[in-house]
Amino acid sequence: MLRSILKAGLLLFVFTVVSIFFVALTQTTTKEQIKHNEQQLLIKRLGELVSGYSNDILADKYTKKLHLHNIEQTVTIYPAKSNNVIFAHLIEHTYPNGYNGNIRLLTGIDTNNQLLGVRVIAHKETPGLGDKIETKKSDWIKQFSGLSLSNPDKESWKVKRDGGVFDSFTGATITPRAIVSATYQLLELFSKKDFLNNKK
Amino acid sequence: MEDYIKIAKNGLWSNNQALVALLGLCPLLAVTNNIVNAIGLGIATTFVLVASNVTISIFRNQIRKEVRIPIFVLLIASFVTIVELLMQSYFYELYLILGIFVPLIVTNCAILGRAEAFASKNTWGKSLLDGLMMGVGFSVVLIVLGAMRELIGSGTLFDQSALLLGSLGDTLSVNVFEDYQGTLLAILPPGAFIGLGLIVALKNFIDLRKS
Repeated sequence: MLRSILKAGLLLFVFTVVSIFFVALTQTTTKEQIKHNEQQLLIKRLGELVSGYSNDILADKYTKKLHLHNIEQTVTIYPAKSNNVIFAHLIEHTYPNGYNGNIRLLTGIDTNNQLLGVRVIAHKETPGLGDKIETKKSDWIKQFSGLSLSNPDKESWKVKRDGGVFDSFTGATITPRAIVSATYQLLELFSKKDFLNNKK
Repeated sequence: MEDYIKIAKNGLWSNNQALVALLGLCPLLAVTNNIVNAIGLGIATTFVLVASNVTISIFRNQIRKEVRIPIFVLLIASFVTIVELLMQSYFYELYLILGIFVPLIVTNCAILGRAEAFASKNTWGKSLLDGLMMGVGFSVVLIVLGAMRELIGSGTLFDQSALLLGSLGDTLSVNVFEDYQGTLLAILPPGAFIGLGLIVALKNFIDLRKS
């Protein structure tokens, strides 16, 4: 009885060790490539919003805890520099009130507080309706480039249905409303003086 | 030889894991909103099926009965992890789309089912063929369902094949209907259930006609 339990245990042990060995082997051989892929994708995404930076933008990134979109969150900030002078920030932040939960956004703002553009990184909006915020599906989100807090004015920073200037999609108002509101709030936060200097 | 033909027929048609056994429905229904996703998940599932079937059949005489299930699960989980890592390194963007459904292959009952019902009792050659045929049968259903939903839902075929084939894929994408607004139902989960139901019905109809 004891013998057979030990035998079964030993067998299980041998299989575990061998399996772990192969998984670990694959992991070590693919690690570099996976890291490379992640970085390439990020650089591609950042590159859609900003060009002409000369720094290693991934190495210069930092995180900041702040109160944004009515929640406490940690945002990731990528500073774009040319000749060692920052000319724009790319901010990865979360807007919690999409139609279906969190929307992860990447927003580029230059040092004159003008928008370089907005891109959606991840979302759970309704396929076919709310997902027109993806660049794959429509150009809607590209309209933010060049806008700022005063262009259009505060009253117009809304979807058309709420009396603003931004189109909403047929059957989906909440999603575009979320993006517009998220973009405006971030712009507002960035316009505050010394906001980035008190790093913490 | 007859055995092998029977195994192939079983996997592809008469015991098709998706249409007859109705196993692995969770990933099947979730990722089939276009062909490319379907092909990606199909390949990954087939690979895991073949690998687990072959390994288990080779060691079938060493694996003791009382610990066989933990060993099967261990092997399947390892293969799935390996596939996941490989996909991340070679098809990263496709991996991002398939997301949670790659690790979820581990819960596809079809794989454990074939290990227990076939691989633990047969030679490695037969088990390899069984895994391959079961995998291909499953993939074909994935692809047919994916094609149906993509065509009806978004009016395209092979959209985003670049994720799988690189720049070669760009030429493959077809916009079947110009200016098509899309049918939301086909893309949403109910479309998957309705589509699968229709395919199962069609298979039963063909079987009935034959007999």
